[in-house]
Amino acid sequence: MKSGPGEIEMADIARRDMLTMAGAVGVGVAIPVSPAAAEALPKDKVQGSPATSAPARSYQFFDLNEAAFIEAFVDHLVPADELSPSGTELGITIYIDRQLAGAWGRGARMYLLGPWAAGTSQQGYQLPLAPADLYRCAIRAVEAHCETVHGGSFDRLQPAQRQKIVQALSDGSLPLQEIPARVFFDMAYANVMEGLFADPIYGGNKDKRGWRLVGFPGVMAAHAENIERFRGKPYPVEPLGIADLS
Amino acid sequence: MPTKLKEVDVVIVGMGWTGGIMAKELSDAGLTVVGLERGAPRSDAGFSVPMIRDELRYAVRNELFMDVSRDTLTFRNKPDQRALPMRRLGSFLPGEGVGGAGVHWNGQTYRFSPHDHGLRSRVEERYGKSFIPRDMQLADWPMSYAELEPFYDKFEYMAGISGKAGNIAGRIQEGGNPFEGPRAREYPNPPLKPSLASEMFTETTKKLGYHPFPRPAANMSRPYTNPDGIKLGECQYCGFCENFGCEANAKASPHITVIPAALRNKNFSLRPHAWVTRVNLTPDGKRATGVSYTSVLTGEEFEQPANLVILCAYGFGNVHLMLLSGIGKPYDPVSDTGTVGKGYCYQVATVVQAFFDDRIFNPFMGAGSLGVVIDDFNGDNFDHGPVGYIGGASIYSASLGGRPINQRTVPPGTPRWGAEWKKATAHWYSRTLQMSVQGSNMASRYNYLDLDPTYRNAFGLPLMRMTYNFTDNDEKLSAHLTTVAHDIGRAMGPTHLGPKMPRRAPYSIVPYQSTHNTGGAIAGHDPGKSALNRYLQSWDVANVFVMGASAFPHNSGYNPTGAVGALTYWAADAIRTKYLKDPGPLLHI
Repeated sequence: MKSGPGEIEMADIARRDMLTMAGAVGVGVAIPVSPAAAEALPKDKVQGSPATSAPARSYQFFDLNEAAFIEAFVDHLVPADELSPSGTELGITIYIDRQLAGAWGRGARMYLLGPWAAGTSQQGYQLPLAPADLYRCAIRAVEAHCETVHGGSFDRLQPAQRQKIVQALSDGSLPLQEIPARVFFDMAYANVMEGLFADPIYGGNKDKRGWRLVGFPGVMAAHAENIERFRGKPYPVEPLGIADLS
Repeated sequence: MPTKLKEVDVVIVGMGWTGGIMAKELSDAGLTVVGLERGAPRSDAGFSVPMIRDELRYAVRNELFMDVSRDTLTFRNKPDQRALPMRRLGSFLPGEGVGGAGVHWNGQTYRFSPHDHGLRSRVEERYGKSFIPRDMQLADWPMSYAELEPFYDKFEYMAGISGKAGNIAGRIQEGGNPFEGPRAREYPNPPLKPSLASEMFTETTKKLGYHPFPRPAANMSRPYTNPDGIKLGECQYCGFCENFGCEANAKASPHITVIPAALRNKNFSLRPHAWVTRVNLTPDGKRATGVSYTSVLTGEEFEQPANLVILCAYGFGNVHLMLLSGIGKPYDPVSDTGTVGKGYCYQVATVVQAFFDDRIFNPFMGAGSLGVVIDDFNGDNFDHGPVGYIGGASIYSASLGGRPINQRTVPPGTPRWGAEWKKATAHWYSRTLQMSVQGSNMASRYNYLDLDPTYRNAFGLPLMRMTYNFTDNDEKLSAHLTTVAHDIGRAMGPTHLGPKMPRRAPYSIVPYQSTHNTGGAIAGHDPGKSALNRYLQSWDVANVFVMGASAFPHNSGYNPTGAVGALTYWAADAIRTKYLKDPGPLLHI
């Protein structure tokens, strides 16, 4: 999220704090804070109105701690830079949340009957957990590791510390209680990519910024002539999603 | 008690390509035919824009594929391991619903090489018996290429294949595949328009002395009306073939061709949501009396009596039903006896990427079978003596789409996330050319299918168990031919060349490789060594015929659908012209 002039820059305020405070005065009640008043407050006490200055991020699946983790995780993988806003601003966490709250998160189209055995890596996923359960257990385990080793939750770590954690998740070397780190990472990584590049109807890829990043034109695709006309040349068009044509 | 239905002449299990062809051919012959399909109905109005252009729904969440929560298989690499269920789809993607995998295929439609049909004889003659590895179950196919040629032709004209012939009646044709077996006539449609990647691959492989030709495509290069009067639209190169249905009806699929053609016959009826659990046999096990099925809408059980039972499920489904029903003797690798489950083969597939700073490929402009291929390293088109393995591969560059969740690559050494990853992704998405090596796979003694002793499906029946690994022959093939593809990539002069990563054992069921699973109910000359005779008739139960790639004695370095279609027309012809006149075994050994 890019703040407009006079708006409160929320980037380094942990969302968890903000929501906790919002909860204290009643969820859904906008807290009017004038920019001047906000700036006068100590930074860790600043509260913005989620209704006006933060993108609408109300989660169906993630609780506050999980939301803080997933936002920090997604923004570590997809940081804001000159190419695009951050993953969270692109709706990737909303995408993941909706997937986990829905049929896929509950294990639709997965064979989930026992008996259970770890098996070999060639035999693939063998946990008795549906994706939503895996996220819940794994986030708890990663946070326990962060607290023990770094004395703070993942979202409060320095970027270099986060990088170490993410790296160790991805190569499976992060010691997590009960959950194989890499199994979780592979699923979460795939979900981040889906949230960046799936059609915006699923909550991510906001303003088709994922598609714009690579130059994917979206759903309107009648290229029988274009394949000759644009052979070897860029094809610059405004990308269209399912909602644009429905 | 199951409801017993009125007897019919023919019951077909599965309504994909093979079931659709059988339904059309046998209902045309005047027989009463019932087609049972475990999945949902689907018609030529089934897909529409924009909803079908949904990569997440179709290519990631697998909406058109088999639902493994109800039925899957268990897998292990070796017989001494414990097999565990395939809990999610990965390595292969069998279809479900009317049209089967023929709905979501890419449309690559090859004929197998004449060598494939006489493979064992050819290898023994050219390289000697000792060239064949000990556990390799190499066999000649029980029908020749020449015998199948009219049926390849029939399939290609029904499906409106776009391509360029390489050999018409023995005369080599410029621009086609000079290695192919002789065909009676040209393809029904000209090749698709080439992409930049196709042009570059053509130019480079020609320079290297190879023989590039356009990949034969079931994507229509122009509007087409097939011999059944079915109209197909012109391909729009939208890049949404594989994993998707075609809203323009420009990709030949069973649910828009043979099935609606069969449905014009009043003596054919199609029953979706009908899950066949068993082929019923007479007490002596010599004759099928029909099938039992469950309606997956109501849970109600039915018995459908029939004079002739034709198994047309995906290959796995055919073998599973034979094992569940006691048709033929299950294969045992230890004693090397029995036939059902024997000869399961896959493919040995690799990919090479080449990255060009100064080229724009527009990867999203493509079609399932758009691309260029060389056959110089397939079949026995080259001398295998120096390389020491049996088999080969088609090597090709494909322009089949640029869907951004799954079809993105970055040069080696790029981080997997963060600002640098984003920058590389943005730059290289449009600047990558991909080549593929589709390697053959020979039957091997310890690669087989049987029933799992532990895990069960939604109907309480044992899951099928797959025991499969890559062999030494596969590793040699992959090392050699991945190097050939890598060298072609280098000869194009790319900015970066992707890594050379040949397949090695152990095979993993996790990453997608190919939905070209073959064998398990193989056809052969000898009832002691094969489940089916040359007409794909069960040696053991004469009124059961088993279609599909499960009949292949080995898998070739091509996509299998052309051969599957040809074999089905061949078997349908045998049923019409031979079996109906004298029902019983068509061959007596």
